[in-house]
Amino acid sequence: MSKNGKILTPLIENDCNLLENYKKFKGYEAAKKALKMSQDEVIEEVQKSNLRGLGGAGFPTGRKWAFIPKNSQKPVYLVINCDESEPGTFKDKYIVSSATHVLIEGIIIASYAIGAHTCYIYIRGEYVEPARRIEAAIKEAYDAGILGKKVLGTDFNLDVYVHRGAGAYICGEETALLNSLEGKKGWPRMKPPFPAIEGLFRCPTIVNNVETIAYVPPIIQNGPKWFADMGTERSGGMRFYGISGNVNKPGIYELPVGTPLREMIYEHAGGIPGGKALKCVVPGGVSAPPLRPDEIDVPMDPDALAKIGTMIGSAGIIVMDEDTNLVEMLMASIRFYHHESCAQCTPCREGTGWLDKILQRMLSGGARERDIDDLYEIGDSIFGNTICPLGDSAGMVAKGYIDKFRGEFEAYLSKSIAAKSANSPELKKAS
Amino acid sequence: MSFELTKESKLVIDELLTRYPNKRAAALPVLHVVQKQHGYIPAEAEPLVAEILEVPPVKIREVLMFYTLFLQKEIGKNHLQVCRSVSCWLRGADRIIKQINEKLGIHDGETTSDKQFTLTEVECLGDCEHAPMMQLNDDYIGDLTAEKVDEIIGKKGQ
Repeated sequence: MSKNGKILTPLIENDCNLLENYKKFKGYEAAKKALKMSQDEVIEEVQKSNLRGLGGAGFPTGRKWAFIPKNSQKPVYLVINCDESEPGTFKDKYIVSSATHVLIEGIIIASYAIGAHTCYIYIRGEYVEPARRIEAAIKEAYDAGILGKKVLGTDFNLDVYVHRGAGAYICGEETALLNSLEGKKGWPRMKPPFPAIEGLFRCPTIVNNVETIAYVPPIIQNGPKWFADMGTERSGGMRFYGISGNVNKPGIYELPVGTPLREMIYEHAGGIPGGKALKCVVPGGVSAPPLRPDEIDVPMDPDALAKIGTMIGSAGIIVMDEDTNLVEMLMASIRFYHHESCAQCTPCREGTGWLDKILQRMLSGGARERDIDDLYEIGDSIFGNTICPLGDSAGMVAKGYIDKFRGEFEAYLSKSIAAKSANSPELKKAS
Repeated sequence: MSFELTKESKLVIDELLTRYPNKRAAALPVLHVVQKQHGYIPAEAEPLVAEILEVPPVKIREVLMFYTLFLQKEIGKNHLQVCRSVSCWLRGADRIIKQINEKLGIHDGETTSDKQFTLTEVECLGDCEHAPMMQLNDDYIGDLTAEKVDEIIGKKGQ
């Protein structure tokens, strides 16, 4: 851990995509330590650390690992999710590009703990340069006896491969990712069976996010209590917050779980350009329902955000200033889901399209009296009726903006309808 | 018209196939190799890829139609993929797109007649801290301004 208390940031700042730099940070010492422990001991340490999945769902990592059946007759796989495509999220890009070796070390520890000898890193196809960096670091690790046969001189064998996606947000959903990795289109699977029982190639599989795995080596090195104590009661450690939109200093900030949202916006990200007022903020990637300015004293903790009806998700904070037209903002959000719906489930395929069409029509001067109610009802009818959470997110986002900012939506609608009737040819003739 | 893999592509594909317990799993990586060699994935390549992966050709077609990065026709030398998602939209992505529309006379999905540029409006590329941004072929270019866009178009268009 560095002087300023950050864990992964110093690795990123010191180009730990190169092995010689990572060695200066006790690189691969944690893996050596873990390989001397029993598998169960490693899982227990991670459980005690309160490390939770940092990709979006926030599931406790150690508990997930413990779901792998003991003495499986089939091979076990570890899959790293670097599909990072949730709008507002860009943290994993930094880890895989510049702290690559801590990810590889985390992969060794996690693979050992779950009994995997093959790991695939699934990276979004657009991340061309980050994928090259991972390939280069993997090669360095093989050449140094860190990967391959007899990892770090032990009897443990491990192969790690990069697998590039090809442009589909849905592949960030773990079962869609597994189908994609099997060479199929990225359609989510029904659960159960959960991947830990039947995942990649119908074998027990753990899918973990990049950042989650990157925190494993420091946890093993410094002990679970050290990590747990930094965070909140049920969510340990630090994490990366990405902040973008109308702020002075957009970027990633590694801070303790539970850092207040207000502090994120006004201290770390330097506030809003031009001293403008805050209108709305999305706390955890575009799928997290929006918050009003009077709600930003909430700590960035999964439980605290869930309590006020939103979620920490990928911790990608999107800030909107007072000039933002929220009808347009909702359209930009919904257009995304419509574009990215995998089309497997009818409520999502059709529903996201209807939401998009209504919003596009509203914004091109064709607003109708019942539009807001329709948006709300369609949102409701998608929710809970699809295999994966993409449709749920679209529904929650549509309802979220209307719930929190109904006044603005109604004002836009009446203004737009008034303008339409003033321009209608029949009225002009009558006057 | 027939499609053939170069010797280099074949070598890369042979190695890729060793990474998975079955051949079909190499579909995405193999299609990336084909696209890298040819610029896009011609229809003639589909039966060849299907043969390598030991699946019916329809399974390849299905994959090609699902993933946006696989191109099925020739595009311009410079592929301008401008992000229009929320964070870029908040910082003026619309202005960048409009500037390209006017300057090059192309809209989403279109290519200039001299085959120099193709414009695609894309969803979030994970570079929100540099909004508004675009991907030019493989590279990310962030903090776009009108001047920067002019410069990109001017330099690449020669």
